[in-house]
Amino acid sequence: MEQAYRIAVGGRFGRLAALAGAAMLVFFVALPAFAGRATIEDLIFVFYMLALAQYWNLLAGYAGLISVGQQAFVGLGGYTLFALTVMAGLDPLLAIVLAGLVAGLLALPTAFVVFRLHGAYFAIGTWVVAEVYRLVFAQWKQLGGGTGTSLPPEITNTVFGIEWVKSLFDVRTSAARDMILYWAALALAAGTVLAVYLILRSRHGLALAAIRDSEPAAASAGVDNFRTKLAVYVATAMGTGMVGALIYLQKARISPDSAFAVLDWTAYVILIVVIGGIGTIEGPIVGVLVFYFLQSYLAGYGTWYLILLGALAILVMLFAPRGIWGYVSERTNLVLFPIRRRLVRSGDGA
Amino acid sequence: MLETRGLTAFYGDFQALYGIDAALGAGETVAIIGANGAGKSTFLKAITGLLPCLPDAVRLQGAAIGGLAPARIARLGISLVPEGRKLFPSLTVEENLLIGAHGRAPGGYWNLARVYGLFPILAERRRVPSTSLSGGQQQMAAIGRALMANPRVLLCDEISLGLAPIVIRDIYNAIPAIRAEGTSIVLVEQDIVQALAVADRVYCLQEGRVSLAGRPDELTREQIHTAYFGT
Amino acid sequence: MTAWLDTLLQGVMLGGLYALFAAGLSLIFGIMRLVNLAHGDLIVLAAFVVLVVTTALGLDPFLAALVAAPLLFGFGYALQHLLLNRTLGRDILPPLLVTFGLSIIVQNGLLQGFSADSRRLGAGALETQSVSLGGGLALGVMPLLTLASAVAAILALNLLFYRTSLGRAFRATSDDPETAQLMGIDNRRIFALAMGVAMTVVTVAALHLGMRANFDPTIGPARLIYAFEAVIIGGLGSLWGTLAGGIVIGLAQTIGARIDPEWQILAGHLAFLTVLALRPRGLFPRAVD
Repeated sequence: MEQAYRIAVGGRFGRLAALAGAAMLVFFVALPAFAGRATIEDLIFVFYMLALAQYWNLLAGYAGLISVGQQAFVGLGGYTLFALTVMAGLDPLLAIVLAGLVAGLLALPTAFVVFRLHGAYFAIGTWVVAEVYRLVFAQWKQLGGGTGTSLPPEITNTVFGIEWVKSLFDVRTSAARDMILYWAALALAAGTVLAVYLILRSRHGLALAAIRDSEPAAASAGVDNFRTKLAVYVATAMGTGMVGALIYLQKARISPDSAFAVLDWTAYVILIVVIGGIGTIEGPIVGVLVFYFLQSYLAGYGTWYLILLGALAILVMLFAPRGIWGYVSERTNLVLFPIRRRLVRSGDGA
Repeated sequence: MLETRGLTAFYGDFQALYGIDAALGAGETVAIIGANGAGKSTFLKAITGLLPCLPDAVRLQGAAIGGLAPARIARLGISLVPEGRKLFPSLTVEENLLIGAHGRAPGGYWNLARVYGLFPILAERRRVPSTSLSGGQQQMAAIGRALMANPRVLLCDEISLGLAPIVIRDIYNAIPAIRAEGTSIVLVEQDIVQALAVADRVYCLQEGRVSLAGRPDELTREQIHTAYFGT
Repeated sequence: MTAWLDTLLQGVMLGGLYALFAAGLSLIFGIMRLVNLAHGDLIVLAAFVVLVVTTALGLDPFLAALVAAPLLFGFGYALQHLLLNRTLGRDILPPLLVTFGLSIIVQNGLLQGFSADSRRLGAGALETQSVSLGGGLALGVMPLLTLASAVAAILALNLLFYRTSLGRAFRATSDDPETAQLMGIDNRRIFALAMGVAMTVVTVAALHLGMRANFDPTIGPARLIYAFEAVIIGGLGSLWGTLAGGIVIGLAQTIGARIDPEWQILAGHLAFLTVLALRPRGLFPRAVD
């Protein structure tokens, strides 16, 4: 008997997760109406680290491009924001978008160099390029050179929509500014998760999975490995640049050493992804929550905290290389973001 | 000397060997023949520790050695002449021979001089990189490298593969000298004629099982043909 | 004219230091294809070990390094045997992340133990002595000694590689680890010995690092980057190439610094990127990645 098949993605639980996600999004959008400023600032941090982690995960966990130089694009985004707002007088929110474009544009010459290296050497190569950007920006005297510069308060205080927020919630300028930054961070984080999910579900996601499993096999199946990787590299640079712009809009102070810091913008991000579970969308979400709680309770211990994080990375890599989410998912078959394709009989429920 | 009992082996989920029972006596030469994919190379990989197997499945002089690390098995006296020679490209011919004796106490029968005596052409080419040898010379170097360990059991994986008949003859001419020192030999071959000419006994593998075993002079052409190709 | 000649000579001698940083990295990559992100921090760790030995035993730095070298050899052996061997395989992520984690641990462990203060290994009169070359040119004895040490270290490593049975086993394992095992070579032990040897070279690098300039626990990553650049410029797997690569970085940095002191590090990185763009496999390519 002939049997018809079709390809299905997701399942009943996936739809449930989508509903829950939508509900959570509504909750987070409404949150500033009743949450305090400290909560809002913490969540901004969680959101931008989540976005950075998703980009690094897409790069390393899916495209196999293990970069330790993503701080290059955080810094580029931050500095572009400062240049566009301080020197060109643009609105900060517009500048965030443009910063993403600039980071994406500069990712092209960067890729020209680092794509000549492979594997672990690619990793250090990206780090060298980030160092070059750091040293070049230290020469930019209008933006403070090596010591950096601050964003004048009038720039953040006149951000688009601030008057509206002030009158709607009846709050002062600084609180209204935080709310707008919070929504921007939420939009970036949620948009990133959604974008990564859609990419992975698309035809390109299949190509990425093929490359991750075996580059020669992917090439022989007609995947253009170089172009696919380049596209992912540039796309993640754009996203990372936008996040960088947002981070430094919130910090309102930038210096080459902080904006291009490997520890803050790459090491922590890698730890988040690895601890949460590399190669899944859920992993970075779990990782960022773990990281946030570790940071909240242990950051006061300074060097001991960092030693603990380093040890945690080693232990996870040795004993649970697929991270917390991988461990959970293996035992429960739980998937919140279904991207796997399954063959099902036509007519059967998915 | 060497014995396998119910030896099974897997590549991931794929089972390649389904319980091989085979034995190799002291000083004996045994041929293992079979078509491509019959499991001959897998059999050697399991014995040498490159594929996991149960401890009791492989015994060397009665001691269970199945699944030990390849380096340990090698040091217990099992040397492999791997398929495709696998000489070390950045080592010279002589260094390739010397690496065969790595970490072994000197004093066995086989040493550089005796290997050069067995294959004089290697002495001439001792200083060149192993990559510049011809196929037949590479095969000689690979056999010499295995002999340098003074093994109790010499496993030869397809030593005639890709070589001209005259070269194959040269290489097989060395077998009696190796046997003369009491070394037990396993010859894995697709080239049945050569293998049967020198072997005391033969096992034929088919789809991961022993399909025929016996002395070459007691087996008929038809029996071997059936065991080899099936049907 | 003399000033420029002086700059070039200083550059070559600085290159000797970078070659020392790089030799251990090159060795480890050559034998086990492991890129050790903690390499720079291990150099700094070694410098602190030498420092502790000088103060505890009241030795001068050279003798202290002699005492420290076997300790660090043992440390390298244990590190590889207990930790890094578990990460080796087809996937490059585990070794990268584990050495990254190790880098964070070493750096912060040193900060915890020794604070962020700058330290130095006092070389006594050597620090100020120089050899006159005539025409107003003079070479410091210390930088000269560093260059000589780099050449000696690479010579010694080459002898080890090409004249000893351990070196033979190193090369065989590097060529084809699976077949090497079939020869009775225990890869894990070979890798551990290689890391021990690398840490011995690192001790020499640390000695010169500490005698020529101040060091503190945070400078490791930058040393890793210089070492990495020297290895890539020289071509993977070639020790003499690594020396040449170190000299290229040293020259670029001193020439850059001569034009503008703020450009020293940047000039080194730009030289690296230029070589990478023009000759991606380095100046003396050998190993196949």
